[in-house]
Amino acid sequence: MSERELRISKIENGTVIDHVPGGESLNVLAILGIDGTGGETVSIGMNVESDALGRKDVVKVEDRELSQAEVDVLSLIAPDATINIIREYDVVDKHRLDRPERVTGVLECPNHDCITSEDEPVETRFEVLDDGVRCVYCETIVREDITDHIAR
Amino acid sequence: MRHDHVLTARQLSRGDVTEVLDHAAEIAADPGAYGDRHAGALLGLCFFEPSTRTKMSFEASIKRLGGDVVDMGSVESSSVKKGESLADTIRVIEGYADALVLRHPRQGSAKMASEFVDVPLLNAGDGAGHHPTQTLLDLYTIREAHGLDDLTIGIMGDLKYGRTVHSLAHALTNFDARQHFISPESLRLPRGVRYDLHEAGAQVREHTELEEVLPSLDVLYVTRIQRERFPDENEYRQVAGEYRIDEDTLAAARDDLAIMHPLPRVDEIAPEIDDTDHARYFQQAHNGVPVRMAILDLLLGGEQR
Repeated sequence: MSERELRISKIENGTVIDHVPGGESLNVLAILGIDGTGGETVSIGMNVESDALGRKDVVKVEDRELSQAEVDVLSLIAPDATINIIREYDVVDKHRLDRPERVTGVLECPNHDCITSEDEPVETRFEVLDDGVRCVYCETIVREDITDHIAR
Repeated sequence: MRHDHVLTARQLSRGDVTEVLDHAAEIAADPGAYGDRHAGALLGLCFFEPSTRTKMSFEASIKRLGGDVVDMGSVESSSVKKGESLADTIRVIEGYADALVLRHPRQGSAKMASEFVDVPLLNAGDGAGHHPTQTLLDLYTIREAHGLDDLTIGIMGDLKYGRTVHSLAHALTNFDARQHFISPESLRLPRGVRYDLHEAGAQVREHTELEEVLPSLDVLYVTRIQRERFPDENEYRQVAGEYRIDEDTLAAARDDLAIMHPLPRVDEIAPEIDDTDHARYFQQAHNGVPVRMAILDLLLGGEQR
């Protein structure tokens, strides 16, 4: 067992997100809605050497598992990431991200004229394209800086 | 049409378009035969923005099918003024009508509204989004003038915000049509529409000058450039003047060029064009009735066809 894996297994309960592209870990926290005010215990390895990615980030969040919506958006910025669910120091689940067909509820549509920017009882929904996402309501395409549109 | 709602032109297949246009032609040939087709049917008119021709032509269409309308009235006099959501408004009105027509200033409003109702919902314009029933009457008019295949069409004016443009461009991808888009740089087609046209393999070119393409056109579809899209009056006047059609402009056009416009026009087509064979825009507006009768008939499920 390598030192890194040992380090991961030391979490008692929570989630380890590994193989995040180098420098993207703060965006991962943004997707999870973690800004420090919620009291979560978080560890970040940033620009760690990686055989596969060259440089990668690792994010460990204690006492927290991810919702499907969060995983879906995560897949857009970190398509090669692996999610390790830790319970009582054991990795109980480890999986790679599947690129979803749609992401629901996590992103805000940047189009201020979109119906989802009104006070209506709907969640935002985006169709996932090869190189971006598209609002299913107003059809606006977002390609760059997707994490700028994460609903806070 | 195998659709519960008519929301965007993207959803319309070639088969859908042909079915509507063929049925509209049948109705236009013998409108009296359809007078009792939907006796007692009620069409709910939900117009959150002003409309003259779209609203009146839907009203005329359902009445010529034997039905009637229930009209939400203006936003100022409705519960919307009290802060009611669109989702609530539309669910209430659904109980009063057999089908709903919605015009709303927000893009995607028709799509969202359709998720809350079981009766057919027709998008009559959602902000800068889509206007598919206008597109069907546009296609009907183009088919009358030239046919829809082996077509060279110029679409000119406000391509960024013009919802009739977006819907028409999508729908034409079903046909063998070369589409030329002519606009100032600041009013180019939005990225989403260009993406779709590219994905559909459409034959598309963009221009800033009409002169480059005018001689090759079968149809020129003109839209209004709106003053409020420009930061200052001078810039607006300069741009609007460059995209104005008059007899001099048409000297380079083919004799059988058909000029269309979704109306209302301001001064983008000179009145001197109205009496020429080029002018199709009033006929285009009149075609709204048989085309919307056909759409309503197919959606409301008349006798088995």
